[in-house]
Amino acid sequence: MFSRHALMLAATGVALLTACGSPAPAPAAPSAAPAAATASVAKLTITDPWVKTTKSGMTAAFGTLVNNGDAPITIVSGTSPLSKAIELHEVVESGGKMVMRAKEGGFVVPARGTHQLQPGGDHIMLMDVTEAVEPGAKISFTLQVQGGQPLEFTAIGKDFAGGKEDYQPGHK
Amino acid sequence: MISRRGLITGGAATAAGALARIDSQQNAEVGAQVDAQASAQVGAQASAQVEPFYGVHQAGVATAPQANAAFLGFDLRKDLDREAIVRLLQLLTDDAARLSQGRPALADTEPELAANPARLTFTFGFGQGLFERAGVDSPVQELPAFATDRLRKQWSGGDLLVQVRADDAVTVAHAVRMIVKDARSFARVRWTQRGFRSANRRNLMGQIEGTVNATDLDRAVWIGQGPLRGGTTLVLRRMRMLLETWDAADRVAREFTIGRRLGSGAPLTGTAETDAPDYARENRLGFPVISEFAHIRRAHVADPALRLLRRPYNYDEGLTPEGESDSGLLFASFQADIARQFVPVQRMLAEGDLLNEWVTAVGSAVFAIPPGCAPGGWIGESLLS
Repeated sequence: MFSRHALMLAATGVALLTACGSPAPAPAAPSAAPAAATASVAKLTITDPWVKTTKSGMTAAFGTLVNNGDAPITIVSGTSPLSKAIELHEVVESGGKMVMRAKEGGFVVPARGTHQLQPGGDHIMLMDVTEAVEPGAKISFTLQVQGGQPLEFTAIGKDFAGGKEDYQPGHK
Repeated sequence: MISRRGLITGGAATAAGALARIDSQQNAEVGAQVDAQASAQVGAQASAQVEPFYGVHQAGVATAPQANAAFLGFDLRKDLDREAIVRLLQLLTDDAARLSQGRPALADTEPELAANPARLTFTFGFGQGLFERAGVDSPVQELPAFATDRLRKQWSGGDLLVQVRADDAVTVAHAVRMIVKDARSFARVRWTQRGFRSANRRNLMGQIEGTVNATDLDRAVWIGQGPLRGGTTLVLRRMRMLLETWDAADRVAREFTIGRRLGSGAPLTGTAETDAPDYARENRLGFPVISEFAHIRRAHVADPALRLLRRPYNYDEGLTPEGESDSGLLFASFQADIARQFVPVQRMLAEGDLLNEWVTAVGSAVFAIPPGCAPGGWIGESLLS
């Protein structure tokens, strides 16, 4: 019940848009999508987005990115009113323990496929949150898509014990 | 008292036909759709193992009773306001909507445990304390005191109830854990009461429970107007059974106490469980065959619209160091109007039920059960928004 949908145009689309801040129409409802979508129109959605609750400092957002189009989609950055510093992260082994760091090249959602954002894996990292994230809070996000319209969605605050991998800033 | 209530015999001969049809099914209840699921065989299609979540009424009331139940009573934290209560209810509604359909909850750490819903249902109830915290007039009040009660705080009261039921105990355990994790920031667990029941409907004293139950749910159970329209009320009573002294009662005494045969469940004036008791019949000494103080006579409700919908579960907390049983019945009854339906029956029992010698209420709690919700909605919306 907590999913949002947005239409986006793939880089190969007939109507080329710049990556960020495109003056795009408001995201259309899924039912408004053309019944016979061509390869030029891809649909990126996210299902079950949620944010780990926190009183202050860092936290992370998760969910399942779904690419309904025929071309891969690359997510290059994210924004939210909750934090001025948002990074797309991965979790990797370093020196015998799991650490998280910025993911080079962003998240790539394969054509007709999904990309999981989950504790212990890729996630949207929020530094220095501007306010506490309460359980059940509704936090809005925008993900910028390379060559396409941004994906806007609302994630739900959930208490969660895990997702405490060390953060190694500076890796780029 | 309960078990006794479990044995309440309805009585109205005019209703006998309808009762016979329903009682012939062990899980007797309500509506074709429910009955179809109740009789689902092991190995049936997975869809038969899923109870609907969304609807006019919450699940877990009319639903044919599952084998396992857990009742969770929460105390809301002192600083909670209505906005926070709404967030809590939205989170719990989402958990219930997903888990009951065999899908993991959001941020479920054991998603594999959600795969077998086993007719999982969640039923949410609001106590007086929740309404006070939300600044809304409470539609439910505490029960009056009954002389036979020996209530303990640890089993009584509570601001928020979550009833979790499923045919699989692992499913219940996972669902309870998910609910408790999501409630933790808002509330403290006041009590947890776990119960189980068998297809033979027998309680731990050996008696058959629920021979006469409400069947006209639109009149006896569902509330027809106001913010609770489509909802109902729950009275949950923890009935301790003194099985060690019950052991000393022989079968004649046991059957006299209840007014029914232990084997068949038939009233002492009949031969089948569904026979209507003949309260006027006397033995050759001129005494009533069914005693003036027999459980079924004290609990008898003639008007079908006033009957309780009982969903009792046995409990067994193990043995004391002396080897004595700590067990009994979680007497759960749903009714549209507690004052008109539950209280009069309870008064009759408290004033002179033979069964009181072996059964004592040690816990008691009352909740408003809000109506169900539609997709996108949440339980309690009509009361709190």
